[in-house]
Amino acid sequence: MSDVTPKSALTAPIFKNNPIALQILGICSALAVTTSMSVSLVMALAVIFVTAFSSLFVSLIRNHIPSSIRIIVQMTIIASLVIVVDQILKAYAYEMSKQLSVFVGLIITNCIVMGRAEGFAMSNSPGLSFLDGIGNGLGYGFVLMVVGFFRELLGSGSVFGITILETVQNGGWYVPNGMMLLPPSAFFIIGLMIWVLRAANPEQVESNEFTMKENTQPKEAV
Amino acid sequence: MAQGNNSIKKILTVAFALCVVCSIIVSTAAVALRPMQQTNQELDRKSNILNVAKLADSGKSTEETFRDKITARVVDLRTGEYTDQFDPETFNQFEAARDPATGRTLSGDQDIAGLSRVENFATIYLVGDVEDPDQIVLPIRGQGLWGSMYGFLSVEGDGNTIVSITYYDHSETPGLGAEVNNPRWQAQWEGKKIYEEQGNLSPEIHLTKGGASSDYEVDALSGATLTSNGVTNMLQFWMSPEGFGEYLAKFRSGTSQADAQQADIDLESEGA
Repeated sequence: MSDVTPKSALTAPIFKNNPIALQILGICSALAVTTSMSVSLVMALAVIFVTAFSSLFVSLIRNHIPSSIRIIVQMTIIASLVIVVDQILKAYAYEMSKQLSVFVGLIITNCIVMGRAEGFAMSNSPGLSFLDGIGNGLGYGFVLMVVGFFRELLGSGSVFGITILETVQNGGWYVPNGMMLLPPSAFFIIGLMIWVLRAANPEQVESNEFTMKENTQPKEAV
Repeated sequence: MAQGNNSIKKILTVAFALCVVCSIIVSTAAVALRPMQQTNQELDRKSNILNVAKLADSGKSTEETFRDKITARVVDLRTGEYTDQFDPETFNQFEAARDPATGRTLSGDQDIAGLSRVENFATIYLVGDVEDPDQIVLPIRGQGLWGSMYGFLSVEGDGNTIVSITYYDHSETPGLGAEVNNPRWQAQWEGKKIYEEQGNLSPEIHLTKGGASSDYEVDALSGATLTSNGVTNMLQFWMSPEGFGEYLAKFRSGTSQADAQQADIDLESEGA
């Protein structure tokens, strides 16, 4: 990791090494909170805040963390930050926190946060770790916004709550796709996104973990 | 990583220091922000009540409108009388249901709304004059398809005519059951009647498929049969003598008898 520059720590996770699209981390919350763009945005900001500061704090005390309890130490820092975020949302953005409900608390279990703390912040300087945290949060937020855009547009006919396609329920012409409001649709959208990203960056395509021998004959297999 | 990091002393010191620092941060945030959070919750509840009573006024703040127009009272559901045993500001109906002193367990056939336990006391909100209110806002709840639905029903001063219904907490399917909060669907409720005749305590109001044709019918939500059944069941329960039946009966036959008769005459003359 010696070749990490501040710029690459910040920008690489957005497209090149996206935590959701390439590392397939943090999918669960990406399915749950992307029914509308404003909710996705708040969730993305919350995750950016938590990854950035948890990486910063873990990195600050990395030389004092005993390796036998390092996961617990990281978890405690992350959990504290998430509680603070949850409290702030409840105080300043009550409507939003009602919509996000339990998913703010579940940032604690978001693999991206933990993954960056353990995989990057434990072995890098605080400044770099902070940028890496922001970068990964942005990468997560980018996917959330794209998924949220398609789900809200096709599911409710609006973007950020502003009506684009007038739905039938409100006297318009657009018959909303109800499936877009349900979690499975996010799977399809994320799947298509991964396809697009990997088509654009062929080096992201993983080699097979094992190759099947071609034309295996039944007698060889026995 | 330094060599001495894994000594027991170091582990305990780090763990302890971390816990102290984190707990200070968390508790500071919680304590400092609590007043604001409570205000938000209060405001949310009040704005829901104002919405269901159709009193939401963009010119004035929620707080102001609520103070001017609404009085909260606690009702004893068994007798239908007001009680001063609890302070309406602090009385928590949901906790009362769990407490054996203020709640009771429902048997299977009584429990149509899927509540399992119900309270004996409920906070209601009166719009206008306390003795002769313009509207009464009643809390209702019950099982929908995926979970409990919490809402308010507002009824005119005659204790029978519905003004509006709203759900402030539910987990119904988006686009189908969650349409309970669609203003176009909610608008249908206005003017519907709960009970058929004076003194009758069994509610008639229900949701129906294929077009509402009477004053006791409201169109069911399309594609959400189980949510619609849930709404019917919770209205049937809360408007029965198990819920607000006794209390509402006072308005239909008691103090405003003259009004009710007048309304009947009006209806007859309209019919003729």
